[in-house]
Parts: sequence; C-alpha cells; structure tokens
Amino acid sequence: MARIVSLAEAVKAAVHDGDIVALEGFTHLIPNAAGHEIIRQGRKHLTLIRMTPDLVYDQLIGMGCADKLIFSWGGNPGVGSLYRFRDAVENGWPHQLEIVEHSHAAMANAYEAGAAGLPCAIFRGYIGSDLPKVNPHIKRITCPFTGESLAAVPSHRPDVAVIHAQRADKAGNVMIEGVLGVQKEAVLASKRSIVTVEEIVEDLGPRNLNAVILPSWAVGYVVEVPGGAFPSYAQGYYPRNNAFYKQWDDISRERDSFLAWMKANVLDKGPDAFRQYGRKLAAAE
Amino acid sequence: MADYKSNEMMTIAASRALRNEDVCFVGIGQPSAAANLARLNHAPGVTLIYESGTLATKPNVLPLSIGDGELCETALTTVSVPEMFRYWLQGGRISVGFLGGAQIDKFANLNTTVVGPYDKPKVRLPGGGGAPEIAISCGEIFIIMKQGKRSFVDKIDFFTSIGHGTGGDSRAKLGVKTKGPTRLITDLAIYQPDAETKEMVVTSLHPGVTREQVQDNAGWTVRYANDVAETPAPTQQELEILRELNARTARAHGEAA
Repeated sequence: MARIVSLAEAVKAAVHDGDIVALEGFTHLIPNAAGHEIIRQGRKHLTLIRMTPDLVYDQLIGMGCADKLIFSWGGNPGVGSLYRFRDAVENGWPHQLEIVEHSHAAMANAYEAGAAGLPCAIFRGYIGSDLPKVNPHIKRITCPFTGESLAAVPSHRPDVAVIHAQRADKAGNVMIEGVLGVQKEAVLASKRSIVTVEEIVEDLGPRNLNAVILPSWAVGYVVEVPGGAFPSYAQGYYPRNNAFYKQWDDISRERDSFLAWMKANVLDKGPDAFRQYGRKLAAAE
Repeated sequence: MADYKSNEMMTIAASRALRNEDVCFVGIGQPSAAANLARLNHAPGVTLIYESGTLATKPNVLPLSIGDGELCETALTTVSVPEMFRYWLQGGRISVGFLGGAQIDKFANLNTTVVGPYDKPKVRLPGGGGAPEIAISCGEIFIIMKQGKRSFVDKIDFFTSIGHGTGGDSRAKLGVKTKGPTRLITDLAIYQPDAETKEMVVTSLHPGVTREQVQDNAGWTVRYANDVAETPAPTQQELEILRELNARTARAHGEAA
C-alpha cells in the first residue's frame, strides 16, 4: 500500500546516495518539486535515468548530485541547450559526468522491459547509427525464428522512480491523464517509487473505464504537491510555462547565475513554493 | 509576387511535400511548422503524430515542445511513449518522418549528437531523441534544414541517424527496407537522391537563388539533376496561413508567461 507522506519524508525514505534514480515525465507532469527536494537533501553520486533530461536534470547535474546520466535527448525543449549538462560534459563542472546515451526507442523499450521483469529489451533500432560505437550497452541479437538482427539494450531497473500525476485518492491509487510518457513503466520497473500529485481526493471520480491508474499496492509514497510539475504542466490544472523555459536559458548559462538562482529558489525554499503555480492561482490569472 | 523571407520559402516548400494521405511523424521546430501549414492549407486530411504519443493531432498553435497540452487536447487519442515507438513507428504505420539536424552530409546522414569528438566534444548537442529509429522505420524521410558551411558538411562528426549511408545500396545492405531521405528542403533549394548514387542533388532552386549561393553554403561540391526546376514562389494563401499560424503561436506562448 502506498504511504501518504510529506515530500521531505518521501525523498529521505526512498532516495539514497548512489541510487539509480529515474525522474520521468515527457514534457508533461515533470516532477520538478521532487527534483528540488532531492537537491535540498544533498543526495550525491546518483545515476540519473531520463529520456529527456531537461531543466530538472540540468539542476541536479549542476548542483553535483549526479555521477552518471542515462538518456536519449538532453536539451531545453523548443529553446536550445542545457548549459549545466553541457558544462559537465564539455568541462567537467562541477565534476565529470559519465554519460550512457541511447535513442528514445531504446529508452522506452528499456522501461517497458523493466516493468515486464525482463533483463533486456529487443527492438529494431540503431541501424547505421554511431551510438552503438560509444555505448557498449547496445548489442545486437538474432531473432531465433527469422534470423533478423535486432538491437538489444539492458532493461531499466531503477532503485527509485519519481513521477508527478494529477490525482491520487486517500488509499494512494494514482490517476494519470494526458501525455503519459513512460511514467507508468518507470514506476513498475523500479524497486521504490514516489508519486507527487496535484491533489489527494476522497474518490478519483467519474472516469474512462480504461483510465491510466497506478494502484496503491504498486506505488511506494504519494505526496500532495500542488503545482509540483511547474514549469512543465499538469493537464486540467495549469499550462506549460513556456516563458520560464526561455528564462532558464539565461539563468543557467553561467555558473554564478545558476548557483544564485538555485540558492534563492531551491535551497532556501520548500515544496510550498510550488503551490502558487497550482490550479487555483493559475485559473485566477 | 508577394514579399517573403527565405525561411518562409523553406517552410512552404517543405509543406508542399506532404500529401493528404500521409501519416507524418513530426519533429519540433521547422518540421512542425511545415507539417501544420500543410494541414491548414492543401492537406487537411494529413495525420500528424508527435513522439509524445499524440495521434492525429490538430494544434491551433505550434507547440514549443513535442508534448505541449495543445497537442494532446486536439489529438484523436494519446498513447504512451513505449506504444508510440513500438506499435506505431516500429510497427510501420508512419509514411513520412520529418526531421532536422545540426549537421548533414551529401547522403543526408544526420548528426544531432556532438560537434567534435564524442569523448571531448566542442559542442555537446541534445542527442538523437527519436531520430535513429524514425530514420529507419518511417516509409520515407523529409529533411528541412537551413543551409550553411557549418551544417552542410563534407563529413559529419557523428552518425546519429542514417540517411543513405555511404551511398548506392549501402542503406539497403544494412537491412533497412524503407526509402530513407527522399527530399531535403533548404532555404535555397530542394534536393532529392540520385537514383544510382543516392547523393542528394538539387532538383529545384528557389526563386532568385543562384548556384553560387548554394555552393557557398555547402561543404561539398553540390551536384544538380539534369533538369533543375524553379520552386514556385509562395502563394498569397500559403504566406497568409503561415504568418497567421506564427502570430497565433507567438500570442499563445506569450500569454502562457
């Protein structure tokens, strides 16, 4: 059964130094508040997995939380570079970052294989690409029935998955709507999980018979953090703040401006700082 | 003839390549503008798919990212990302992939990974994202890229996604059954693969563009088809739809601030 706790308690209990951690959310429902709490608690030597390491991983990398990144697209969507990620890869600041680079198809397949309890994922991929030359985890496997050569990658089996969703009920059942990304797969592939939600409700309410639900018994910790996906969005609650993604380009470009922003907005704040971005205020704007 | 900018010509020329019956996997940026212009102009039935899982989406404004709420709200349905890549892309249900890149060579192989050596990059680019499998699983590939010496290079620093490999039948020899890049649309010209060598050759020059200009903005000796056409200039209707789309988009993204 999922335990409903505070964000600080959830991160303390589920995320440890040296863990393999997957914060997922594909443009939508990115667990930014949870990322900030991991930074505040000073986690170190993490292996971070994420298809699209965007602002939340730029922050974790820039604050020195990560030793290794497993990813498939590392940019600021629609804007350009992630400067902290680039500074780590190009200049080793704040320290060297080992990268394990995949394609989206490989990452999505690896999560699905992890959720399915398989050791590896098999798919038609990487043909003619240099990625297998720089990533020794990309291998070829021959189909025993047709002889076709296919790509194989190890499944993702994170120690902990962290996602954000719209709602949970008081029993800790979690409902996700809209762009789903790989969040369900990430939670089911992981040993432990934290789900932050916009609101915890008595009952999940009227819904499609095939609604995407993570049952309470498949989830570790549930935390109510209104606005917790900001500056990404929560369908039905608040829109993506495209302006902040553009502002991040300036904030993150230099080490000093980045560190100053992180101190003022992360280290000196708590999850309540996200509340202002939640539904009520977004609707009033 | 209406006044227009070279990047408008590029987007409009790219949009014309899409057919009403196409199912198109759309990349963000220029491909997204071209694909939606096609949908709003000559190909109202075109099916647009973004890798966030939105099937048959009809955004009123261009998304800033591949997973904006606008895409989901206007889609026929939205599937998970693993389903997107497994059933719809790998399953062979996409006729056209629309890509861009940081570097391209004359065989339309693309680099979106690094400038310089991989282990000590001069510039670390975002990476492949969906491109390595889009390049092999879509029926054919359209590429839209602004020309320049730094992006149109003799030798790309990293093969992120395959075009026509080393030319000839090299793509097929690797076991890839799809056509690969059939059109490269730039701000200066339209290129298509030579039937034998598979080198991308200019088949159409945009109005007023000279061969010198094309060569000055490419790092290889550009070849031409026997018959080189002139790309029809943008029509008033194409320009109006594109500009209205861009203006709506700017207003929407400003309002979200």
